[in-house]
Amino acid sequence: MNSDAPETLHLDIEGMSCGHCRATVEQALRALPGVTEVDLSLDSGRAEIRHQGLSAQQAITAVENAGYSARQTTETEPDASACHDTGSADPASSGTSSVPSGDEIQLSISGATCAGCVRTIENALRNVPGVDEAQMNFADRTARVAGSADAATLVQAVEDAGYGAEPIHDPEQADADKERQDEAHYHRLLRDMAVSLAVGVPVMAWGLLGGSMAVEPGGTSQWVWLAVGVVTLGILVFAGGHFFTGAWKAFRGHNANMDTLIAVGTGTAWLYSMAVVLVPELFPASARHVYFEASAMIIGLINLGLALEVRARGKTGQAIRRLLDLRAKTARILRADGTETDVPVEQVHSGDAIRVRPGEKIAVDGEVIEGSSLIDESMLTGEPMPVRKQSGDEVAAGTLNDSGTLVYKATRVGKDTALAQIIALVKKAQGAKPPIGRLADRVSAVFVPIILLIAVAAALAWYNLGPDPRTVHMMVAATTVLIIACPCALGLATPMSVMVGVGKAAEAGVLIRQGEALQTAARLDTIVLDKTGTITQGRPAVTRVFSAGGDDNEVLRLAAALEQGSEHPLAQAVTERAREAGLSRASVANFQALNGKGVQAELDGDDLYLGNRRWLEELGMELSALDQAAGQIAEDGGTPLFLARGQEALGVIGVADPVKADSAAAIRRLHERGLDVVMITGDIQGSADAIARQVGIDRVFAEVLPENKADNIRRLRDEGRFVAMVGDGINDAPALAEADVGFAIGTGTDVAIESAGITLMRGSLHGVADAIEIATLTLRNIKQNLFGAFAYNSLGVPVAAGVLYPFTGMLLSPVIAGAAMSLSSVTVVTNAGRLRFFRPGGRQEAHP
Amino acid sequence: MMMLIVNLAGLALMAFIIWWFWLWTPRTAARAEQGVVPVTVDDGVYDPAWIETRRGQPITLRFLRKDPSPCAQQVIFEDLGITEELPVGEPRDIRIVPEQTGTYRFTCQMQMYQGRLRVTD
Repeated sequence: MNSDAPETLHLDIEGMSCGHCRATVEQALRALPGVTEVDLSLDSGRAEIRHQGLSAQQAITAVENAGYSARQTTETEPDASACHDTGSADPASSGTSSVPSGDEIQLSISGATCAGCVRTIENALRNVPGVDEAQMNFADRTARVAGSADAATLVQAVEDAGYGAEPIHDPEQADADKERQDEAHYHRLLRDMAVSLAVGVPVMAWGLLGGSMAVEPGGTSQWVWLAVGVVTLGILVFAGGHFFTGAWKAFRGHNANMDTLIAVGTGTAWLYSMAVVLVPELFPASARHVYFEASAMIIGLINLGLALEVRARGKTGQAIRRLLDLRAKTARILRADGTETDVPVEQVHSGDAIRVRPGEKIAVDGEVIEGSSLIDESMLTGEPMPVRKQSGDEVAAGTLNDSGTLVYKATRVGKDTALAQIIALVKKAQGAKPPIGRLADRVSAVFVPIILLIAVAAALAWYNLGPDPRTVHMMVAATTVLIIACPCALGLATPMSVMVGVGKAAEAGVLIRQGEALQTAARLDTIVLDKTGTITQGRPAVTRVFSAGGDDNEVLRLAAALEQGSEHPLAQAVTERAREAGLSRASVANFQALNGKGVQAELDGDDLYLGNRRWLEELGMELSALDQAAGQIAEDGGTPLFLARGQEALGVIGVADPVKADSAAAIRRLHERGLDVVMITGDIQGSADAIARQVGIDRVFAEVLPENKADNIRRLRDEGRFVAMVGDGINDAPALAEADVGFAIGTGTDVAIESAGITLMRGSLHGVADAIEIATLTLRNIKQNLFGAFAYNSLGVPVAAGVLYPFTGMLLSPVIAGAAMSLSSVTVVTNAGRLRFFRPGGRQEAHP
Repeated sequence: MMMLIVNLAGLALMAFIIWWFWLWTPRTAARAEQGVVPVTVDDGVYDPAWIETRRGQPITLRFLRKDPSPCAQQVIFEDLGITEELPVGEPRDIRIVPEQTGTYRFTCQMQMYQGRLRVTD
């Protein structure tokens, strides 16, 4: 290497992969004295440095300090191009087979825009302690790492090297793992229970059958009990060790949890008994009683309770199982060279072309570019009829391709797909707490230390006030208080029910976004429905054409010609109808749209007008010939559009927004729940009343300007009502926000709408009734749980402390306390699990 | 005499419980290095349970759950509206950009696992 620097220095730089690496290297080189120009090529990984008096070593050191490696090269040397296949050039990583398939973690790597990064990333991973082998596949930007290192450390290592990494989750694998872990955990708990009870039950039976549980100083019993004590210690360590470690760790962190109660409770019983065994002389004769069986039994029973809870919890999680199962595992990607490859769905990138065959799931959100097929979207939107999709249409991940073959371009992948967002939203909502659960939260946060205080206070009370043997009573009361108290039941009461309720709602196409909405929805008394798009389909159609001269088609043809240029929904209904009727299109001149009046234009030298009665009458036209037809249109809830040429009235066209087929049935369901249903609309009173009659609504707010909807909601609330507003999430956003609960309806896969507390994915009003039903049931379930948990603890703890002793002369056994405590949390979880059986009512009526 | 000693010991124990679990505040809290704080979820505690960060500075809490018991299943930042499922043995990142100073509690569903994120100026 020549230390006499040439005017131009060439370096091969390794590890420089992407824009930001390049900027870093360039900055490092430019900062060197004497450097006049730096030219860096990402493609070749080569730097050309023009300088005066710079040594190659200086430049190399600067690059190395910036975190990359460099070597000097000559301009003519063939392109070392680290960027192409560093991976395969390295024998250690020449094939994926070099990675043992045992304990393997797959990472998805981001930021590695060229193959130059491969070595950097591989090295970073290999340097992590515990990694046996790391191999990066540049083509699909994944890394496979074998060894014992955990994913977090690996991700960190890659991030430290300047890239991004995320463990790849095969959803199926993750679920299987979770099930396996749950199963293993369940069996471990059962084993622990069996071992503890195997020791506890015989000793307890001995006591119950009249055997002496007392220790006689110097006698054989002392040795026998010592042996039992040692065996019990073994049980505490083997089957109850996790309680003790947990308690100790929590204690060190100035925290107390359920483990604390169990560990202190069983520990106290054991220590007391051991003290009696070792130095019986210290205790009065009546107090030389051992409680080893209590320690063993409690550990056994609590492990049993935990095992039952694991089982019951598994069932509560099933509620969103169906959503999770919608995820596709693979996608068939069409490569540029025409080949097709099945790849895991995590590796699909935005822009990829994907083929989906009949019966397959759509893997990611995308836009159809080829083919045509019916797609079943019912799982996302609740819409039972398959939808025809062809070029240009959007498809959503998780929906099912029915019969045809489609090619679509991925537009949203990974966590951006609508399905992923729905799942994320449901999971998030499952953790939300309605206000009713706040009190339980505040209590459970301070629960354990309070129980510890009560236990000490009870012991002192027994010591000062209780009868002999006082030490025994002290110990039993304190232990029983510690064991019977169950923070779990309290803590689980709300979240378990919310988890199941929100999950069930999601299955019915109802996304409950906030805990508050869940609680408020249960006590609503008034439902305000927006008319357009909520009660009606939101797509106006021509219902009637009437011509003064008898030629209906001519009226329609002229009206369509006029409306061609207009984007008003009513105009679209007219042109749509003309197209369906196969009428020829005429072109007009001097088109003018007059807001709130109508449209006018010239056709073949005549002035044509299409608009409302008031406008045409203002223009001096005589419309009485059309009165009867117009009256009928209004009676059916339609809007009459009058057509005139010059001063001559030609006809009238009725345009109406048809009511959704199941609106009336859903409104009946709401009425049956005792809710007042109100319709709000900008339509004139007559049309609004007509619609209201069709669907059975008794109160109507008509002619309400969009910006005044919120005022009407506020007025209803001022009447002391709990008001829900149902409307679309965009135009009605202020009204939705003003209501106690806002329902955004018919959002389909557009779940990002945040103006409403509850989002209904399908357009049917049954969703509102379903949501209210689920909310009511969930809230009732929560109340049952909370009542049970509070009642259990506030009765159990005083009884355990011995408040009944003065009246009954009985002290609760710690073993009974252990059984009660185990049952209490299982009961809560099981009660919440009952919500799983909820089936929304009225559905059959809607979709026979 | 014995009576006095036992009662005093009992009262002292109660005072200790109050001080240890409620009045004590940590002198040291984990701070984010490069914005990432690994948090282990095991044996009934978040380790570290006290985490500090500055307002406006993004922080990533990388939860690694080792405890298979269902108690540890979720971590909830009630005030921040964050709920995250924690799979066993797999890190889960929670990225937070704290916009207001204050102390934010994070807990499991039943409040047995407890931790605090303190946001300072």
